[in-house]
Amino acid sequence: MEFSDRELSLRAARLYYDDGKTQDEIGDILGITRWKAGRLLALARETGIVAISIVDSADTAEVRPPNGIVVTDRSRAQGVTDSGSLRRFLHGLAAVDAIGLEERAGRLATRSIKNDSKRAALDTIIRLIDLTTLEGADTPGKVRSLVRKAILPDPSDLTAPRVAAVCVYPDMVQHAVAALGSHQGDGVTGIGVASVATAFPSGRSSLDIKLADTRYAVSQGATEIDMVIDRGAFLSGDFDTVFNEIVEVHRACGRPDGTRAHLKVICETGELRTYDNIKRASWLAILAGADFIKTSTGKVQPAATLPTTVLMLEVVRDWFNLTGERIGVKPAGGIRQSKDAIRYLVAVAEVAGDEWIDPHLFRFGASSLLNDVLLQRQKMTTGHYSGLDYVTVD
Amino acid sequence: MSFRDYAPAPESTAILNLRPHYGLYIDGQWTEGGGGSITSISPATEKSIAEISMADSSDIDRAVLAARKSYDTVWSRMSGAERGKYLYRIARLIQERAREFAVAETLDNGKPIRETRDIDIPLVAAWFFHYAGWADKLDYAGLGPNPSALGVAGQIIPWNFPLLMLAWKVAPALAAGNTVVLKPAETTPLTALMFADICQQAGLPAGVVNIVPGHGGVAGTALVEHAGVNKIAFTGSTAVGRNIARTLAGTETRVTLELGGKGANIVFDDAAVDEAVEGIIAGIFFNQGHVCCAGSRLLVQENIQDEVVEKLTRRLATLRLGDPLDKNTDIGAVNSKAQLARITAIAETGEAEGATRWTLDCEIPSKGFWFRPTIFTNVTTSNTVARDEIFGPVLSVLSFRTPDEAIIKANNTPYGLSAGIWTQNASRMLRVADSLRAGVVWANTFNQFDPTSPFGGYKESGYGREGGRHGLAAYLANGGAR
Repeated sequence: MEFSDRELSLRAARLYYDDGKTQDEIGDILGITRWKAGRLLALARETGIVAISIVDSADTAEVRPPNGIVVTDRSRAQGVTDSGSLRRFLHGLAAVDAIGLEERAGRLATRSIKNDSKRAALDTIIRLIDLTTLEGADTPGKVRSLVRKAILPDPSDLTAPRVAAVCVYPDMVQHAVAALGSHQGDGVTGIGVASVATAFPSGRSSLDIKLADTRYAVSQGATEIDMVIDRGAFLSGDFDTVFNEIVEVHRACGRPDGTRAHLKVICETGELRTYDNIKRASWLAILAGADFIKTSTGKVQPAATLPTTVLMLEVVRDWFNLTGERIGVKPAGGIRQSKDAIRYLVAVAEVAGDEWIDPHLFRFGASSLLNDVLLQRQKMTTGHYSGLDYVTVD
Repeated sequence: MSFRDYAPAPESTAILNLRPHYGLYIDGQWTEGGGGSITSISPATEKSIAEISMADSSDIDRAVLAARKSYDTVWSRMSGAERGKYLYRIARLIQERAREFAVAETLDNGKPIRETRDIDIPLVAAWFFHYAGWADKLDYAGLGPNPSALGVAGQIIPWNFPLLMLAWKVAPALAAGNTVVLKPAETTPLTALMFADICQQAGLPAGVVNIVPGHGGVAGTALVEHAGVNKIAFTGSTAVGRNIARTLAGTETRVTLELGGKGANIVFDDAAVDEAVEGIIAGIFFNQGHVCCAGSRLLVQENIQDEVVEKLTRRLATLRLGDPLDKNTDIGAVNSKAQLARITAIAETGEAEGATRWTLDCEIPSKGFWFRPTIFTNVTTSNTVARDEIFGPVLSVLSFRTPDEAIIKANNTPYGLSAGIWTQNASRMLRVADSLRAGVVWANTFNQFDPTSPFGGYKESGYGREGGRHGLAAYLANGGAR
């Protein structure tokens, strides 16, 4: 059978680059001389059958050893440079005693926040909300309405602060950006636009699709990306895959001008189940480059719980004590009432510290919470409860 | 304003209906004592709460006679099921008036309302409920068939958990068919006197419970020496306990003593560190350290000592010291001026003996008795703060290298009331627990109490058990011995 040069080049390239054969061996296999084999390989390079890229070894983030992790600055500083060291690091973390942790959370929940403290807490909660809509039925109109609510939560009381960000699906980002206009910012300077990405909420797709999802959201103007980790990989013990995905998504958050969208990493604690798993996933996310660690998608029960959030706050506190760097925490899903949100705020202040009560470092992923806070606010102002007809539906 | 400067959230005292003067409660009646009177003050403000009449030896005599009469004529003849009804009634009344008791206890004792509300008073009710259930099941207490009551029980309780210690003593005594004469501590008689109201409310027959506040040296001694008392149950200091044992040696009067402690809280390097830190705090700063089973000696494995101490001091900075009636207060007032002086003196000795002192940087109120949470590091086993019971918010940190060393150091005390073990390794936990000579060993927790669980000491921490089925044995004669 006669082969064209192109077909021969392809076969030679496979044998040489994939199978590691020498030019001699290729000659034997294909029934040609080794010189001919050499020419075919050259042809393969010239015609683009084979593409070779040279990577500067100083930029180690580009080097991805087979069955290894993409080392980050953070992981390198902690001595996490390969699969083995990542596994040893995560398994070397102090265990979590579930009963003790839940008792601690229960005790924080007994703090009594009254009067001026309550008033301050309610306003703070609004400033920390990622006002969220993540429905299949979302429309541009729905998103515009959400954005108006984010800018002006209580039309009857202009002293009510605005929220930190709106959180939407990637294809809704453009509508959120357009509706925000000059109100857009980083959560402090203005309202951020957070987009879920990476095949949210299950994360069950190929890495390429997850990265494309992320790039799309960023290109549409998202300032924050809420990614999900691969829980299946995590539970099967494949920490490398989870780690590398976060690193890749982190890079996909980059914009052409060199800046990048902030990355929140959702551990989906309701699927990791044990506190030990949640602690490991939190550390892994931070080592891989997370700006925020986030409890849940809101699509799995249980979503955010106080003990889980306390645990994540302990992790970011420990990371700060270790490195001097502050990572954010975002509980999401199931926080609907002011009194619950106040308990989270107490946990933030007492576990991580007052510095974390800042939109750059703590967020509530919530939708119906905002209206309850507004009702409580109105009650504190007017002295009586109004009702859901006195806050806007969004 | 920082969010953490929580606005004051004081529990209202309006629920209290205190009388300006309280007498003795003997034979179902309020009477005046012959031992003068004292003014009970709130240790947080030094303001007076009420005037309390003090019993002398003739009052004790009256009380014991009343208890004897009701034992002979009513209580010993009543069926267990009937006694149980009264105990259930008392338990329910305490639950109904829980908030009132919590406020009164906090006012009188100085401990935070969070503790009286969430721990002391719920446990009081739980204790009465538990023993109410035993009243008609004494045949199944493992003491042989048909066990019988002892008669009149004299009970002397301390000031650190005033109403809870009353419940620990009165509930099993009544369930077993005894009548009681109870002397509350001089500085904390209030809730015991309110409990007399509960007895009246419950319709408890006169003389079954008699409450006689008084000075230890007068009323306490008279009660211990009274020939009409069949049983003395005492919780308090080892020195007083020793005197009681000496007095009653060679008599027919039965004795149980729950005395001091110097509990070791052992943290291994495989512990859940953050939860262990919480447990260390619960072990020594609960109730201002006024806890006989406090984990006052922290034994931490040397390779994690720095990490644990750092996390501990960081965490302590979030504790709130101040008005015990404020719902956000973690650390209340020291119970009395005398106790404050004692804590202060021992802490100074410890420092002079070379230990490194760390004290929480917090403001303390101008009035009242206060001691800032304190930790001693570089403590050697010979230091006074490692050996003497301080009964205050003072933790001594010692280190160990191996499990065997931890066990030896933990047991190296004349006391033996409590210990704690922190490890995620279950076989180590069991092995160490087996080797500790302490009445209560907590694993991955500390200072947990439950009416089903026996409590008591080894060595100088006393003898006898309170709580659970074992606690009944202290108030029953073996079946068939009669």
